[in-house]
Amino acid sequence: MTRPPLPRALFPPVFAALVAAAGPAAAQTTADLAGAPELGIDARVNAAIGPVADVFAGIIFYSVPVMGADLPLIVVWLITAALFFTVYFGFINFRGFGHALRLVRGDYEDPNDRGEVSHFQALTAALSGTVGLGNIAGVAIAVSLGGPGATFWMILAGLLGMTSKFTECTLGVKYRRVNADGTVSGGPMYYLSQGLAERGMGGLGRFLAVFFAIMCVGGSLGGGNMFQINQAFQQFVNVTGGDASPLAGRGWIFGLIAAVLVGIVIIGGIRSIVRVTEKVVPFMCGLYVLAGLIIILVHWAEIPAAFGAIITGAFSPEGVAGGFVGVLIQGFRRAAFSNEAGIGSAAIAHSAVRTKEPVTEGYVALLEPFVDTVIVCTVTALVIVITGTYGTPDADGVSLTSQAFGSTIGWFPYVLAVAVILFAFSTMISWSYYGLKSWTYLFGETRAADVSFKLLFCVFVVIGSSLQLGAVVDFSDAMIFAMSLPNLVGLYLLAPVVRRELANYRAKLRSGEIRAHGHAPPAGAAVRR
Amino acid sequence: MGQLFMVGVDGSDGCRRAVDFAADQAARAGADLLLVHVIEWSRYEFLSPSEVAERHRQRERELEDAQTRLLDPLRDRLKAAGAEPRTVIRFGHGAEELCSAAAENKACQVFIGRRGRSRVTTLLFGGVAGALVQMAPVPVTVVP
Repeated sequence: MTRPPLPRALFPPVFAALVAAAGPAAAQTTADLAGAPELGIDARVNAAIGPVADVFAGIIFYSVPVMGADLPLIVVWLITAALFFTVYFGFINFRGFGHALRLVRGDYEDPNDRGEVSHFQALTAALSGTVGLGNIAGVAIAVSLGGPGATFWMILAGLLGMTSKFTECTLGVKYRRVNADGTVSGGPMYYLSQGLAERGMGGLGRFLAVFFAIMCVGGSLGGGNMFQINQAFQQFVNVTGGDASPLAGRGWIFGLIAAVLVGIVIIGGIRSIVRVTEKVVPFMCGLYVLAGLIIILVHWAEIPAAFGAIITGAFSPEGVAGGFVGVLIQGFRRAAFSNEAGIGSAAIAHSAVRTKEPVTEGYVALLEPFVDTVIVCTVTALVIVITGTYGTPDADGVSLTSQAFGSTIGWFPYVLAVAVILFAFSTMISWSYYGLKSWTYLFGETRAADVSFKLLFCVFVVIGSSLQLGAVVDFSDAMIFAMSLPNLVGLYLLAPVVRRELANYRAKLRSGEIRAHGHAPPAGAAVRR
Repeated sequence: MGQLFMVGVDGSDGCRRAVDFAADQAARAGADLLLVHVIEWSRYEFLSPSEVAERHRQRERELEDAQTRLLDPLRDRLKAAGAEPRTVIRFGHGAEELCSAAAENKACQVFIGRRGRSRVTTLLFGGVAGALVQMAPVPVTVVP
């Protein structure tokens, strides 16, 4: 792994305190000292889970050779669904875009519902779970393996994925359960069990719901937790001196601090930390996109060439394993991993919005893959392509993105490290909630079930940060994708319900029964004029 | 129906002075009293998924708190003085909501207490009273 050299003087004071706490071990021996005993645990856990993980990941990522490339069937499964829903709902991802923006702006908000969860809040809460390492690390992997052309297919997958989100989030609101205490539970567990029961397939619905919940618990502990903390720790070590970093090989310290912070938020219910994160994350996201755009503008002369490389690379790539199909797979796969369209996770977050029309939340959810993939992922890809960093040997994932940004804005890797840690934290908070809802769906909404899952989640933060568990991460990746199996079966079966909802809603819009309340200026403004 | 005097209320001392002053004026003019409390809320505030799920319950709590801790005691105090005030709670931006409330209820005057914050604070965050004076549809009395 290559990394920019870092002057010692830049170490923040907090960091110095950490070093002191960690003991006076010389930096170069740190890795050896800490690495040796952990290796045994790594190996044992890997050996125990490895065979099961291999079989499971082998099934989920089962690939068929197509024109020299391995095409994972799960990617076909996700893209086919996205394409089907896009056609079935008459290209609502494009035609509904303007209406979605007006809904987010609050134009159709019922004044009596003020103070409730707004469309904007449901959208941003869901986005906090998806905008994360997939946008930074995943895209770099796609471009380094698939060349610039992967960007094209990634954008296309993002555009199609908008309709999968539309479908699942409409159902999430329609079949949510409002508990006696006023809280809301929703998501695939509920629409699979209740929605299919309505259609006379109660047994299948229950099975799919339980299947989904189990996969979601696994996915939340893995991809939504261990993967996140692991990558955040890697980037942290990278910018603080790599192997010479005082925390190198001491992931458990990093993990312990993160686990305490996560625990304070999810168990202690201390909102102030999450308040800070939820405010800083959108800012970071904006800063990231802005920095990307600046870099693109600085290299303005290369913009036409970059777009040329993306278009030609998409259809006739050179030197990419599997050629055209190979590029397509890279783009599609990373888009799916980043925006989670069809996975079902977002439907949990979107279900609590205050609306009488479930379809409105579907419209709003359209914007999620757009922001995540079509904007944020594309910026990452363009920066990597335009700066020509994608050919760099020995760099992939976060470090490739870090290099690409660092080549034009020297200090950006440090900002990126902060962004990655914050993105990871907010993704973990979101996924802890998805996992919890699935856990309590399986074991009942009791206090014991609630606390036991949250404790388990915190333990996994430490594990994910301190161990190099390749097999476990593969396993959890597979579980996130496996969520799409029961979810999409349900979406296909319930698509007519969504179509009916959509038709009713459009009729009400046409008849004027639903009108834009708009941002009528306060009465005073009118009088004053 | 006679005239309606509206008072914007929060928990501050300034607000109590405004309520007393408005009650006195209303008694002289034979006007009815309306107490309006605005809970600061923005549809653009960021929430985490678990906060989203609990928002409805949270809102009910905020409404109940505002009613029992702020509006009920104020109303009881005014009732003891012989007035029969109505109370309203709204969510949103302070001055904007007070303006809409004034227009919707056809209030002919608005009373509001001054918080008396420093010049710097007001410069940075603006004051509800100042904003209300700028945009109100009816005359505003700011009680110091």
